[in-house]
Amino acid sequence: MGSGPGAHLHVEGTSRLHTVPAHAKLVGLLLFVLAVVSVPNEAALVLAALLAVAVAVLLSTRVAARHLLPRLAVETPFAVFAVVLPFVAVGPRVQLGPVSVSEAGLTAAVALLLKGTTGVVAAVAFAVTTRPRDLVRALQHLRVPDPLVLIASFMVRYVDVIGGQLRRMRVARASRGFDARSVRSWPVLAAGMGALFIRSYERGERVHLAMVSRGWSGRLPVTSPLAARPTEWLVVLGPALAAVAASVGARMVP
Amino acid sequence: MTTPVLELRGVAYAYPGGHQALFGVDLHVHPGERVALLGPNGAGKTTLVLHLNGVLSPGHGTVAVSGLPVSDEHLLEIRRRVGIVFQDPDDQLFMPTVRDDVAFGPANLGLRGAELDARVVEALEAVGVADLADRAPHHLSFGQRRRVAIATVLAMRPQILVLDEPSSNLDPASRRELADILRTLDVTILMVTHDLPYAMELCERSVVLSEGTVVGDGPTREVLGDAALMARHRLELPVGFSI
Repeated sequence: MGSGPGAHLHVEGTSRLHTVPAHAKLVGLLLFVLAVVSVPNEAALVLAALLAVAVAVLLSTRVAARHLLPRLAVETPFAVFAVVLPFVAVGPRVQLGPVSVSEAGLTAAVALLLKGTTGVVAAVAFAVTTRPRDLVRALQHLRVPDPLVLIASFMVRYVDVIGGQLRRMRVARASRGFDARSVRSWPVLAAGMGALFIRSYERGERVHLAMVSRGWSGRLPVTSPLAARPTEWLVVLGPALAAVAASVGARMVP
Repeated sequence: MTTPVLELRGVAYAYPGGHQALFGVDLHVHPGERVALLGPNGAGKTTLVLHLNGVLSPGHGTVAVSGLPVSDEHLLEIRRRVGIVFQDPDDQLFMPTVRDDVAFGPANLGLRGAELDARVVEALEAVGVADLADRAPHHLSFGQRRRVAIATVLAMRPQILVLDEPSSNLDPASRRELADILRTLDVTILMVTHDLPYAMELCERSVVLSEGTVVGDGPTREVLGDAALMARHRLELPVGFSI
């Protein structure tokens, strides 16, 4: 594996969005996405405008396209679903070029594609400008319960360690002539996953021991509190407020 | 005589499953000493280490750190005084960056702000890795991770540093660099190890633990030179190594 999520999503930079404290960005992102989702499906133009806002924000990070495009690929399954939707949905049909498609399906597909892309673009803008460590601090600052913050933090930390174990187990299997080609090899793979689970569980126990030995008392210490200036809030809440206004507007003017 | 940093009297311990690991261990470590704790696999070394900071409590006997008994009411102070560096640095380093990890212990002790930052820098400098502060632990080499693991404990300014197999998995150069660093640290050290030449190099005194009891205690050169004792407890010097 070696390229675990989290560890490599962030790209160093000096843009405005890179310097804004992570908790403000997270609030801005969440509000923006919720507002976009609440826009009625029929308001395709409003959705397109909001997609343009998200793209503008992403471009403002000045991260090279070769870093951005692979990260945007996460949307592919949704895009495929959106393309299939007009053909499988029921209801009145409309003629689209040589083919006949469901009218409701077409509207839903366009909205899904626009909303999905807007969400992914905004999330990528957040991810490329935020270090995993700052994300953890942001969650802590936003009063997310400690156990959840710790789970997120340990995932960032140990995904490569566990991926490395998985890889070594695969090499060890292959070195003894194992080739997973048929259903008959599933028990072997399942046993491997079981072994990996036990190892991870035992590692969890050892990590806990190391934490306790350094005075862990069940609460995550806040070592460097985050603070955002009003102008920084304005930067991140700008797109979110625009999206809220657009959503309200689209509902009032059908 | 000064108050010993570590004072164990008749420590016995049986795991909940019934397996008895320690049968009355007596051990004193005095300030400034570097002591090696030697013993074959299954001798009870790790069990003993976990008694030093109160993770395990003896079924019989007492443990005291600089005169303070290891008991539930002083656990935080005991864990400040006894710094344990575990064998696998991936277990020890669990925070997203080196800086956060080194700050974890002192932050639990209540340090904040500039004082905390200074403590982190001090600990990282002591092991020569101040430039790694903002790196992620999983991006470091194994030798660097071992050194950072030691820094995480030094940041609590312990009275005794307990190292579990400090030389394991290190290449010869990293092993020597670590020895150089350990020699410069102004702290009492108890080193659990199978690496007898390393014990010889770093520790003036060695204690042999076997089947849950102390069977040898003396100057490292004499302990390692006692062929009968060594053979009886499955301790062997590497081929070609002589005292």
